[in-house]
Amino acid sequence: MALVLLLSAILLLAAFGHWSGARFARRARAAGLRLPALPAYYGWYVALWTGLPSLLLLVLWAATQDWAVRQVLIAHLPEGLAALPADRLSLELTTIRNIAYGLMPRQGVSPEVLAAAAEYLRLRELARLAGWGLALSAAVGGLAFAAAQLSPRLRARHAVERLVLLVLLLCSVVAILTTVGIVLSLISESLRFFARVPAGEFFLGLTWSPQTAIRAEQVGASGAFGAVPLFAGTLLIGAVAMLTCVPLGLMAAVWMSEYAPARVRDVAKPALEVLAGIPSVVYGFFAMLTVAPVVRELGTALGFEVAAQSALAAGVVMGVMIIPNVSSLSDDVIRAVPMSLREGSLSLGATRAETVTRVVLPAALPGIVAAVILAFSRALGETMIVVMAAGLAANITVNPLDAVTTVTVHIAMLLVGDQEFDSAKTLSAFALGLVLFFATLTLNLIALHLARRYRERYD
Amino acid sequence: MTDAVPLPPPEARPAGAPPSPHLSARIAARRRGRHRAEARFRLYGLAALALCVVALAVLLASLLLTGLSAFRQTHLRLEVEIAPQHLDPARPQAGDYGAMLRAALEARFPEATSRADRRRLHALLSGGAEEDLRRMVVADPSLIGTRQRLWLLAGTDVDMAVKTGLPRVARQIAEGAGVRLSERQLEWLERLSREGDLALRWNSRFFTAGDSRDPERVGVLGGLVGSLLTLLVCLALALPVGVAAAVYLEEFAPRNRFTALIEVNIANLAAVPSIVFGLLGLAVFLNVFGMPRSAPLVGGAVLALLSLPIIIIAARAALRAVPPSVREAALALGASPMQVVTHHVLPLAMPGILTGTILALANALGETAPLLMIGMVAFIVDIPGDILSPATVLPVQIYMWASGAERGFVEKTAAGILVLLAFMLSMNAVAILMRRRVERRW
Repeated sequence: MALVLLLSAILLLAAFGHWSGARFARRARAAGLRLPALPAYYGWYVALWTGLPSLLLLVLWAATQDWAVRQVLIAHLPEGLAALPADRLSLELTTIRNIAYGLMPRQGVSPEVLAAAAEYLRLRELARLAGWGLALSAAVGGLAFAAAQLSPRLRARHAVERLVLLVLLLCSVVAILTTVGIVLSLISESLRFFARVPAGEFFLGLTWSPQTAIRAEQVGASGAFGAVPLFAGTLLIGAVAMLTCVPLGLMAAVWMSEYAPARVRDVAKPALEVLAGIPSVVYGFFAMLTVAPVVRELGTALGFEVAAQSALAAGVVMGVMIIPNVSSLSDDVIRAVPMSLREGSLSLGATRAETVTRVVLPAALPGIVAAVILAFSRALGETMIVVMAAGLAANITVNPLDAVTTVTVHIAMLLVGDQEFDSAKTLSAFALGLVLFFATLTLNLIALHLARRYRERYD
Repeated sequence: MTDAVPLPPPEARPAGAPPSPHLSARIAARRRGRHRAEARFRLYGLAALALCVVALAVLLASLLLTGLSAFRQTHLRLEVEIAPQHLDPARPQAGDYGAMLRAALEARFPEATSRADRRRLHALLSGGAEEDLRRMVVADPSLIGTRQRLWLLAGTDVDMAVKTGLPRVARQIAEGAGVRLSERQLEWLERLSREGDLALRWNSRFFTAGDSRDPERVGVLGGLVGSLLTLLVCLALALPVGVAAAVYLEEFAPRNRFTALIEVNIANLAAVPSIVFGLLGLAVFLNVFGMPRSAPLVGGAVLALLSLPIIIIAARAALRAVPPSVREAALALGASPMQVVTHHVLPLAMPGILTGTILALANALGETAPLLMIGMVAFIVDIPGDILSPATVLPVQIYMWASGAERGFVEKTAAGILVLLAFMLSMNAVAILMRRRVERRW
């Protein structure tokens, strides 16, 4: 609420700037001066100088103030707390913050921590007010600066357009910043993880049981962090999903682009897109409620032993979910194959099926492969279906009737609920996330490269 | 594609006609085989498409079959005395309404005298009945001291039994199957049912309540409001930044390595798993920036990063669809490049941009995994009031109900999904209508 007040104050100042700038220009014109820009641009010039720096400052302040508050708090902690080693200290800080926000009961907490929580709240409030003061003074300062710049010789339109262009550029840099943020946060947390658990154990170890003890001296305190079972499970479920979605999606795409009457196509294509629009949590529930029991009963009737949460059920449902990824991209690609290739083949007497399999599909292959790779990347990163239908059992197996688990399930499960930010258990989620990110990044880049090559070939 | 090269169907030749003199018997057989392969191939395609449609139909049907029953909830009709000795007329909200309901149940079934029987009897009603009665009396204190015949919310075990059918439950009890009702309770229910005092009534609570531990008392409103707040934050952040980025890349960016880097980044981010964005939100927004857990503000920020690449891609397509002649005409009249964009190109592209944005938001509405990471998975009863209060969103609510232990949660989960799908469907419908109305051919 108070933030809304601040924002409207800044906006009001900017509006005032606009009005005064435009008034200056109109008066100059009335006095018979020739201005290099329309009056409104003088207004925008002042308004932008008023609003932009202060908003930018506000965002920067919001991003850094908590860090600053924590530094001040650490400097002022009582002896007993300040002497703690770094990881225990950050644990205490989390406690202090949770108490300050009322997320944790106050019972059984030491008085130092309670005092620190009160101090934290006070500092935060102070930081907030300081930030607002800074933002407001930046707005006033910007207004004064721009007003001082106003002169009949000021080329206001150029100045405004340069500022706007700068803003546009900054907005498109957000995409790079996001990637950098992902990579930096994953790498920094993973490095902390690998300081505790050797990378060799993580990438080659065969057991995964990330229970760490609450007290350091407890038996079995270390936990096992061999991630191979998770990788194997992810690949198994991904393989089942691909076996479901590639034949179905590809054949559906071929039929829609080569055989379907236009009217059927107009209905069928959106119907397939609906499959992609349904949230994955819905598929997860469907897998859990409907598909898994059916798979289990069918398997048992045929004499197989089927786990309650089999890789098959999760994989098939995931495959159905990503059919549209394969079919709609392949459809576009197949339709982009020039007619002349088809006509050449047909005129030599090939049937349509022969034309499709011997001419059209080979020609469209790079694009189709790109679609399949993107679908596989999606399958690796899919979370909710596997969380709900695949369970937590970390087995290494190639039998799709067994229960397996995936990287994403464990990322989700390790981080849901309260966690302290310094145990190997929590940090392992970031190491898993790093592996997942680089795996999907590689697949995406390959797919992008293939798709671009394909487009260049026929455009 | 389909109408370009009409092939003569293989059976076009009249059946009785002699085989062509140009074909040997071997070649004719081979050709028949090839035509059969053609028909098979065509059938495979049709079958694949049909399978996809069947999968969709099964999915929707199973949700409807499971979920529709949740919109009606079992109620019992009892005569309740709002006895003055259980409450203070000055503060009716503090009264002991549970005691009134227990008295009403015991008056109806006086044969339940032993302690165990009375406990079973009290279990017929839900805690929600007490809450309803309290709300009723607080709203209308003149009821104090009167006797009312009221429909009261039944407990989840009663609800499940009524939805399964009482005779069937009786058989299950006789077979010793795991039924959570005792024979005694079933007898009472059958008596109520014979006297017309046991009925399935419209479950309005499902649309007005937040989460609860009891499946009969849950509602989607908390999740809906949380989703709405989160989407608003997402829209406020992602739309301006996305449009600005698209305008820059499409209209102003020089062709150089930096621009190429931005474009590769956007294309890649569109395919990064959503859970990775959750990790980013946890590490950056919560741990570095110190934003509060479970808040729609953080959820909206994460979803904004997630939908930004999609919005940029859609907005660029919309900008590209504006014909160059518009730009050239404006430039020829002396407009600056920035004026061309702000006065002409952007207004013309806006409907397309908004359509893409709505579709991206509908997508973000269904996201679950990244929001689990930033703590929107907490058990929250209250309806969230603003973007900083703890909240959950509809898909996460669905996930939590799906992992609920009580059997009564199954139908509530499916019903929650139906609400979510209806919400998404209406967003998509708005997008499609908008595209229809403003689509123009150049």
